[in-house]
Amino acid sequence: MSVQKTGVPMSEKQISSQVGKFTSRGVDVYYGDKQALFGIDIDIMENKVTSLIGPSGCGKSTFLRCLNRMNDVIDICRFEGEILLDGQDIYASEIDVVELRARVGMVFQKPNPFPKSIYENIVYGPRIHGMIDGRSDADEIVETSLKRAGLWNEVKDRLNEPGTGLSGGQQQRLCIARAIAVNPEVILMDEPCSALDPIATAIIEELIDELKENFTIVIVTHSMQQAARVSQNTAFFHLGKIIEFGETDQIFTNPRNQQTQDYITGRYG
Amino acid sequence: MQKHIVTAFEDDLKALSHKISKMGGLAEEQLAMSIKALETNDFELAKKTIAADKVIDELELDIEERAILVIAKRQPMALDLRRVIVTIRISSDLERIGDLAKNIAKRVIAIDGQTPKSLVSGFHAMSELAQKLLKDVLDAFASEDVEKAVRVWRKDEDLDALYNSIFRELLTYMMEDTRNISFCTHLLFGAKNIERIGDHATNIAENIHYMVTGVLLTEERPKMDNTSTSKFDFDENSNI
Ligand SMILES: Nc1ncnc2c1ncn2[C@@H]1O[C@H](COP(=O)(O)OP(=O)(O)OP(=O)(O)O)[C@@H](O)[C@H]1O
Ligand SMILES: [Mg+2]
Repeated sequence: MSVQKTGVPMSEKQISSQVGKFTSRGVDVYYGDKQALFGIDIDIMENKVTSLIGPSGCGKSTFLRCLNRMNDVIDICRFEGEILLDGQDIYASEIDVVELRARVGMVFQKPNPFPKSIYENIVYGPRIHGMIDGRSDADEIVETSLKRAGLWNEVKDRLNEPGTGLSGGQQQRLCIARAIAVNPEVILMDEPCSALDPIATAIIEELIDELKENFTIVIVTHSMQQAARVSQNTAFFHLGKIIEFGETDQIFTNPRNQQTQDYITGRYG
Repeated sequence: MQKHIVTAFEDDLKALSHKISKMGGLAEEQLAMSIKALETNDFELAKKTIAADKVIDELELDIEERAILVIAKRQPMALDLRRVIVTIRISSDLERIGDLAKNIAKRVIAIDGQTPKSLVSGFHAMSELAQKLLKDVLDAFASEDVEKAVRVWRKDEDLDALYNSIFRELLTYMMEDTRNISFCTHLLFGAKNIERIGDHATNIAENIHYMVTGVLLTEERPKMDNTSTSKFDFDENSNI
């Protein structure tokens, strides 16, 4: 068991030695008059998995969507504060959101492949981002993306069949392959396993572990065990605020905050 | 402390700590009996003590099984996880304490005769302290009293010091009159067993500290048992 030395809060020490990918400072988000996030300060580390946990409605998805400006499409949603990606303000006026979303991909709770072939699902993104020049380019992207998502062997002989014909777990890996296809730097995942059985979940978790070599991953999950298993850092959200952010190993063995403790141990909060 | 939403989980954890208290009580009893048997040359009590150890061994297995089941079923986190793990560790320390008490009782049978009263006094002081440490550390567990646990942890030094002085004292008796060697040796083994019991009480104290605070007690505790650097080393392999 990893336990920190007397009096040394390991999380702070370790986190500060990692490289920041995203820096969020004083982020407030409102839906109309209702404030959903309050002064979110967090550093998302490069090539690490950061999990966001907390009770329903605490703002995890809202924060996740801030990271690639998916909230922009919600009319009543208002953003204040600052989020830097590699030091650059992603809410600055000169930012091209389409390009931002290519750099920061997203995988959703319910696998949502396009009602098209497996092949088309993968090449769609690269095509709209002008990354494809000819058939061989496309073939290569399809193969490498599916391989990286651990799906290639299962689908290589039926690339022209509809993506919606795959099992739930395969569909979710197809969505991950689709997100990877545009060569993003960050992958956001909102409860990616909640619709999957334990085996499909294990396969995705294994995949997340491999993907972090090349990508920075932020995952929202309601499974404490999953957060403990897949992530290096964990942020606990409650009522729109970050209550505790630290090294995952510490959060799940010795959280500093009573509310965190109550939540992860399943007590009345 | 808030209660778990799942009451059966709450019950499982309570049952575990209840079993530890029970086991602790038995270990205390076992220790008291073995000491009394040695000090009074009570053969029957010694045999009873040896037989009683079985109950403690069974309790350890029971606790271990339950703890594993809790981990499998409830996947405890944070404080709960530390509690379950520490329960397993403490039950193993208590089981060892039971064994050591049994060994002391076995000495009574081996001595087979009268132990001079004058020689028992040092042993008596040592065993009293060991019993107090065990009692205190069990109280600290029940009340999750870290400070009390740390006090036990520090007090073990005194037990080591007493062991050193008994060691020297018995050595002088043995050198004085070779007929003393037999029971002095047995007494010394008994004292060594008591000293080991102190070490287990110390382990338990460390585990209580970890359970409550989540932090390991790492401060170096001065080790006073330096008999092993003396010419004779009476460490009994079976007890270590
Ligand atoms: N499109 C929206 N319009 C209005 N309010 C919203 C909208 N989306 C979210 N909210 C509100 O913002 C708050 C945070 O919601 P969010 O979806 O971020 O929570 P969450 O932590 O992801 O919850 P869950 O675990 O249930 O997915 C909630 O009170 C929610 O009702
Ligand atoms: Mg959500």
